[in-house]
Amino acid sequence: MSVPSEGRSETGFDRSIYDRFPTKGRRPKGEVEALEAIWCGPKGWQWITAINNNFIGVYYVGAAMLFFVLAGVLALLMRAQLALPLNGVLPQETYNQIFTMHGTVMMFLFAVPAVEALGVLLLPQMLGARDLPFPRLSAYAFWAYLIGGLAFFCSLFFGLAPNGGWFMYPPLTSTTYSPGINADFWLLGIGFIEISAIAGAIEIIVGVLKTRAPGMGLDKMPIFAWAMLVFAGMIVIAFPSVILATTLLELERALNWPFFDATRGGDPMLWQHLFWFFGHPEVYIIFLPAAGAMSTLIPAVARAPLVGHWMVVLAFLATGFISFGVWAHHMFTTGLPGTSVGVFSAASMAVSLPAGVQVFAWIATVASGKMRFNTPGLFVLGSLLIFVMGGLTGVMAAMVPFDWQAHDTYFIVAHLHYVLIGGMVFPLFAAIYYWTPMVSSRPLSERLGRWTFGLMFAGMHLAFLPMHLSGLMGMPRRVWTYAPGRDLELPNLISSIGAFVFAAGVLVWIIDMVRNFRPFGSDAGNVYDGPGLEWLPAELYSTRSIPLVTSLYPLWDQKNLARDVKAGRYFLPGAPTGGRETLVTSPVEAEPQHLLPMPKPSGWHVWAAVFTAGFFLLLTVQAYAASVLSGALAVYCVIRWCWFLDHPLPQNDVDVGAGLMLRTYASGPSSTGWWAMVITLVVAGMVLAMSVFSYVFLWSRSTAPWTAPIGIETAVVAGMNLVAVLLAWLASRVLGRSPRLTVLFTTAAGLFVAAAWALDLKTWQGTGLAPDLNAQGAIVHAMQAWQGFFVAVGAIMAGYVVLRWLFGYVGPDRPATIQLVGLFLAYVAFQGLVTLGAPRLFAAVAA
Amino acid sequence: MTASAPRPPQGWHESFKGWPPPVLDPAGPYAAPLNTLTWGLLAMAALVMAVVLAALAVALFAPSAWRRRLGGEKLVWVAGLGFPVVVLTLLLVWGLSLTSRLTESPQPGDLRVRVTGEMWWWRVAYLDASGREQFQDANEIHVPVGRTVALELESSDVIHSFWVPRLAGKLDMIPGRRNVLRIQADAPGVYSGQCAEYCGGAHALMAFVVVAHAPQDYALWRARAERPAAISPQHAAGAAVFERSGCGACHAIRGTSANGVAGPDLTHVGSRRTLGAGVLPNNAGTMGGWIADSQAIKPGNRMPAFPVLNGQDLRAVSDYLESLK
Repeated sequence: MSVPSEGRSETGFDRSIYDRFPTKGRRPKGEVEALEAIWCGPKGWQWITAINNNFIGVYYVGAAMLFFVLAGVLALLMRAQLALPLNGVLPQETYNQIFTMHGTVMMFLFAVPAVEALGVLLLPQMLGARDLPFPRLSAYAFWAYLIGGLAFFCSLFFGLAPNGGWFMYPPLTSTTYSPGINADFWLLGIGFIEISAIAGAIEIIVGVLKTRAPGMGLDKMPIFAWAMLVFAGMIVIAFPSVILATTLLELERALNWPFFDATRGGDPMLWQHLFWFFGHPEVYIIFLPAAGAMSTLIPAVARAPLVGHWMVVLAFLATGFISFGVWAHHMFTTGLPGTSVGVFSAASMAVSLPAGVQVFAWIATVASGKMRFNTPGLFVLGSLLIFVMGGLTGVMAAMVPFDWQAHDTYFIVAHLHYVLIGGMVFPLFAAIYYWTPMVSSRPLSERLGRWTFGLMFAGMHLAFLPMHLSGLMGMPRRVWTYAPGRDLELPNLISSIGAFVFAAGVLVWIIDMVRNFRPFGSDAGNVYDGPGLEWLPAELYSTRSIPLVTSLYPLWDQKNLARDVKAGRYFLPGAPTGGRETLVTSPVEAEPQHLLPMPKPSGWHVWAAVFTAGFFLLLTVQAYAASVLSGALAVYCVIRWCWFLDHPLPQNDVDVGAGLMLRTYASGPSSTGWWAMVITLVVAGMVLAMSVFSYVFLWSRSTAPWTAPIGIETAVVAGMNLVAVLLAWLASRVLGRSPRLTVLFTTAAGLFVAAAWALDLKTWQGTGLAPDLNAQGAIVHAMQAWQGFFVAVGAIMAGYVVLRWLFGYVGPDRPATIQLVGLFLAYVAFQGLVTLGAPRLFAAVAA
Repeated sequence: MTASAPRPPQGWHESFKGWPPPVLDPAGPYAAPLNTLTWGLLAMAALVMAVVLAALAVALFAPSAWRRRLGGEKLVWVAGLGFPVVVLTLLLVWGLSLTSRLTESPQPGDLRVRVTGEMWWWRVAYLDASGREQFQDANEIHVPVGRTVALELESSDVIHSFWVPRLAGKLDMIPGRRNVLRIQADAPGVYSGQCAEYCGGAHALMAFVVVAHAPQDYALWRARAERPAAISPQHAAGAAVFERSGCGACHAIRGTSANGVAGPDLTHVGSRRTLGAGVLPNNAGTMGGWIADSQAIKPGNRMPAFPVLNGQDLRAVSDYLESLK
């Protein structure tokens, strides 16, 4: 523990103010009642408009577990089919759809959403915030995911489910070899998952870095928050790659643009690079939050602080970083050049080092405490064993010559299930048992929990241990059956039995949930005696007051914390603006910076989610007009949703406790909106970077030289984009002098990027290079289309600014909208410059 | 057919047996080091697992003096970082040196065979030393014992993967690219293989065999294989069924008018060990069954069913094809 008023300030905040807390004396009458009224839960059917993370978090975890069970049922069907050779449970085509859906639903609709949901549910409480910084954004992400995910799953019932495997390699998934709309379901279905994940990532980065309780410097930030921070950062860097890949494959399927078609200069390997650059970090994206949960639960259950806390933090960062350098270990059998194979092999082995650090940090923590064998304890111990086994087979597979035998066999199926079940599913179940008392009026049953654990643990090993052997015996992946007389009968039968034993464990858990899980009412309290802030007494408004944090394990170290928080003796004991609020603090030392007013429940984000999902799904079934209409409605709903933003409150500053006055309006680089926009632009920039990579890759593979038009138009396009950047920057500068000029400059910036794009596109059309002619045509026009999309969004944003001005909402007292639109337009101009320059730099030189 | 040609094994499926596991039962110099590596890695994994289990057991159950020793950052540094760095470095050196040894370029003395992955069978073309195609076959690759064969792997449609575990690791067949896999068998025998990259549809039923002959036997086999089909008069009726059913549009039988390339070459189909790319044993009965309704056996495969053929014609054409040895 430290004395918070000591130490240098990060922001110029007067740290002696900390000495005023906890305050003495009683809080005014009616203060807590006002809080309750403001944070009141929605009544009746209006539960759908709820945005409080207490609601959305529970919905989110529930939806993720629903998909876990659905995908699990698919696995049971698969194992029933594989229990006997040449079995007749599932015919070939059905099995191919089911195994594809099992993998896709587990990876995209269960694993990532589940850990994101944990973050949504737990982080604000753990950090001492009243809610996430953008509550409607996470609600929107949830609804889009739920609607889209359910619709996607239902494709199975129409025989329209994708059947190309969860990583959907072309050319198998091109229209030639997958002529139906099954593959389109996958491609477009993944689209709204991508949106959800990125929205969640923005939420978590800003939440973890900007809304922590005062005093909770990075050295006192819970380990789970570190894990979620790295998780969110990885999503921002990795997901753009799959966004681009799915866009390109859909363009190839719908419009015949040959990115992956070797007969016209494309290359199937491009897909593999793009997909696995996302796909490998994806599994660490899934693992890290669960590892963070392990590092939280083991100290809690063993009642000892985490040994090697800083080593574990560094392990998260190292994992996040190294995991971006290993993607080609999924491609060791494709004939990659020897040197690159060696580098990827080395990196793949290196990435196990941070995992080893964490495993022994956990063992050391257990050794330094006293482990309790309650249900969370059993699940974390089981997880440790299973995950280590999976990690060891991973090290084996990182050895290239071994992988030449094991790749694409059941050995890898065994490996991936050991690391995912050990590294994510078991920690998730431990987390569910541990944190249920925080959200439910009854904890889950310890007795049933032991059965759940025992059946899942035993079933897991029965199912997957024999698969190591069947892989070495020659059984490849993704086979709907196998011939008799190959000695594969026994391992497969054992695996199938194990799968059903595992499912029995899940069934016991479902029964336990039905009997005991009662959310949205009171909570069962700190049943397991955990040390984190999430165990403070809390209602829908979270805690009565936001504490001053002086320790990494506040409930163990800070005396009387629960009592003082509940009595309102810390920050924000009421609602000084009369609405929902939380505190924004600085990223490193968590010094209070300003108040963040937050929205009340509303329906616009729900409708936006419905129409977003509708846009993608209607596009998939090729109802183009309806899809465009749905998309337009989604944009309309988003605009209505944003309309409530950026209105300064009547009070410029309010007292957040003990006389500390904080501003109620924020703009510029320390504001949450700025951060959200910057993160969004990083995502866009990564997509751009991956498209440049795709261009260079295809260019390097081409046998004929690629040429690009260079002339006076090139300079004009560049100039127009630079002018747009200038105008976007100027727009914010002149806001104080003349709002009209601001609006004029913003609109002009939008026009300049649009004109620049139109001219650049025209120069390409003058060359006769059609997008369906060859790979160069395809990638050039894909980059142009992407820029066109951004120009259109920029136009909508500029139009929004004009609309705000017409309503009198543009002025020097509210610069935020202008700043964010300016940032976006400046990025569009930058992207226009890259779209202009990249093809011209890599052209007219023989590959 | 001479007495020194290798006899097919008793049951066609014996070459596909899974025990002992083919990965652990190498039969050539490109697979043996992989077997050693596998055992080495399994030993490493067992050792590490034992260490972790021991540490965990101590952490949970040992007297407090022991547990205190483990309950600090030193364990994390030594066991979590130091020990793995040493083990992983040693393994990496082993793995990388083995990788570079096994990925040497094809040598002038290698025999050259081109294998093209098709949905869902294997087109095998035997090349001369300069790479010219001499003749085609399907679903079986014949090699001489003790000599390296450079397999030029390509694909005519989607990505497949060529895997014969007792002889080598696998290598993908990617449209637009050519990958070369060097294999060598050190003893005569039949070595089973399987497609190892999901190629849609009947991927599960896309197998092949590599048949290794003693060098003299190989020469005899090659000479016979290069010759066109020898059709005896008693099979003239069957040959006529073949011709009038349009089979020659997809299949080639050298020495006849059938010259289709869409499907497997049938010039010596009677001597193959399996039908349908490892799906059925090869005899007149299974041949008839395949022709009558291959869709029921291997759904989605590119050959249509022929319900129009009556029993007599079916038997005649099956006998004819079986005679093409």
